[in-house]
Amino acid sequence: MTTRSLVTIATASVLALGLTACGGTTKKSDTGGAAGGSNTTGASANPNAKLKSGLKLAFLPKQINNPYETIVDNGGIVAAKDFSGAAKEVGPSDASASSQVSYINTLIQQQQDAILISANDPNAVCGPLKQAMAKGIKVVAYDSDASKDCRNVFINQASSEEIGRSEVKVLSDQLGGKGDIAILSATANATNQNTWIGFMKDELATKYPNMKLVKIAYGNDDDQTSFNDTLALLQQYPNLKGIISPTTVGIAAAARAIESVHKGGQVALTGLGTPNQLRQYVKDGTIKGFELWDPGNLGYLAYYVAALLVQGKIKGTVGETFMAGKLGSYTIGAGNVVLLGPPTVFNAANIDQFNF
Amino acid sequence: MVARFLRWDILVTALLTVVFLGGAGLSPSFGNTGNLAFALGDISEIALIALPMTLLVVCGEVDLSVASVLGLSSALTGALWDKGWAIETIIPLVLVVGLVCGLVNGLLVTRLGLPSLAVTIGTMTLYRGLAYVVLGTGAISEFPQQYTGLATGTVPGTPIPYPIALLALLAILTAVILHATGLGRSLFAIGAQEEAAFFAGIRVKRIKLLLFVVSGLVSAFAGIVFTLRYGSARADNGLGFELTVIAAVLLGGVDFDGGKGTLGGVIAGVLLIGLLRNLLMLNDVTSEIQSIVTGLLLIVSVLTPRVAVMIREVQGRRHNRDPVPATS
Repeated sequence: MTTRSLVTIATASVLALGLTACGGTTKKSDTGGAAGGSNTTGASANPNAKLKSGLKLAFLPKQINNPYETIVDNGGIVAAKDFSGAAKEVGPSDASASSQVSYINTLIQQQQDAILISANDPNAVCGPLKQAMAKGIKVVAYDSDASKDCRNVFINQASSEEIGRSEVKVLSDQLGGKGDIAILSATANATNQNTWIGFMKDELATKYPNMKLVKIAYGNDDDQTSFNDTLALLQQYPNLKGIISPTTVGIAAAARAIESVHKGGQVALTGLGTPNQLRQYVKDGTIKGFELWDPGNLGYLAYYVAALLVQGKIKGTVGETFMAGKLGSYTIGAGNVVLLGPPTVFNAANIDQFNF
Repeated sequence: MVARFLRWDILVTALLTVVFLGGAGLSPSFGNTGNLAFALGDISEIALIALPMTLLVVCGEVDLSVASVLGLSSALTGALWDKGWAIETIIPLVLVVGLVCGLVNGLLVTRLGLPSLAVTIGTMTLYRGLAYVVLGTGAISEFPQQYTGLATGTVPGTPIPYPIALLALLAILTAVILHATGLGRSLFAIGAQEEAAFFAGIRVKRIKLLLFVVSGLVSAFAGIVFTLRYGSARADNGLGFELTVIAAVLLGGVDFDGGKGTLGGVIAGVLLIGLLRNLLMLNDVTSEIQSIVTGLLLIVSVLTPRVAVMIREVQGRRHNRDPVPATS
């Protein structure tokens, strides 16, 4: 008797494991889920929309539970409302190159209308994405591109030139276009940093003759080094009026350093950072404004492009122009790339609208 | 009768059938050829490595460096391909490197008498480090079409990918060796009582060394399959695979202490992990829940044989106390 019931319990529990797992929790969020970090300025539906509804689109981020990716994907899920369609986020818990491939297969089997992917490895995902496209599924890469022939369109979050030039402008607005400034970068050979700095120098030389770049310091994206570098800059150049730090580590360390020697408000600071990281410095006036692209808008735009592709409103060819809801008009550029646009400037007036 | 039913490898096969039929009923896309071909292909490397791992665990050893050998093999394949070597030269060379990796493990375990768990934790890190030395953090792609086609294509008319067809042959070979030859019996003997096996004339060290070498060789081959299947060589390929392989072996009913297990159970275990994961994904179950399910399943698989032993003991005691032997 006891043995038999034990057997039954063991078998039943094993079977139950298999069965309960099938119907369980999903990460599905259809129309109008929680908003990410999208702009609150009047989200209106696409004016020229008379569009097929009931779209099935899936976001496949590099990895789930990554806060940045979650905001991007939630931005897309918000956009789904404009199309009365569904959007969901699925993905691996590790950001390894191959783990996304199983998910692409799954999305093909589920006959999604479009796959939006932030690729961990542009080549490893290529084969399955081609299979998806062969089955009529539209593929839009965002944030991190897949190989060019494995996706219809790539949504680029920001151009290097845009970032470089606009940061000089943000600082100039605070300094009235004159004074000594310095740059606190990451490592001396970081490609993206150096490209941005190149555009900053060019912008300074052509438009801001009265702003003088006195030093480029390298904090190696290390909090302590960046902190000390900032203190050294303040010591060495007593007339220093402003610092640009185009790295999220650098700008936070610089803010702390400026505050520690009570120079908040006397030395302006800007650069690339996230609102949550810099909120307190914006509130106490150490930072008047800094930049980053809005991740929510990135997901929003990616959703629009994917949805318009599915509906046949656009083909994804270079030169096509389309309206992306609250974000306005976009044109598909060289390499089938859509550029999100100028980075968002965060300041005391708007920072509380963002949570990332 | 009850004890026989409680044999885990039979239970796991039954469970596999349930998952398969239930899955086909639950989501129509599960049973179609495309999805099955993918789900099978997706477990190619795990299944390949599980073969030598079964032999190792049966004789009481373990090799945790398998996934790192896979990564090293992938990185090396990519680096040499990038340098313009012919793929026909690269493959044998990479296999030799895998063999050497296995030889190092085997020598450290058998000649120096070190525990394989400790040795292969060390070489796991070592080989993965070498993989990064070879290829850095970059990725190499654009492998020749006829070879990637072999890794991703299916045997015409079936949903069986070529790597799985090869696996089937190797699995039959391994099953014959394990269950129908003197060498196979020696493995069980070593796992059950190493000293007794030694005094019975079994060349314990030589056999173990051979198994580690085969493990390295097969892992390197799995690395080539992985690289061609994804068309991307990276040093971090197959990160964490060693645990999936060992999970599949244990799920298949092989005793981690050695001496017990069947290859059929292991194959069922691999298939169960692969198909269950595929089924959960198709039903939008998040990856956290997937790992919870796999983990619980693993615990049940280790627990059930123990429960079976306990039941047998309880039964035995009751029989001994029973004063009326005639009826029972």
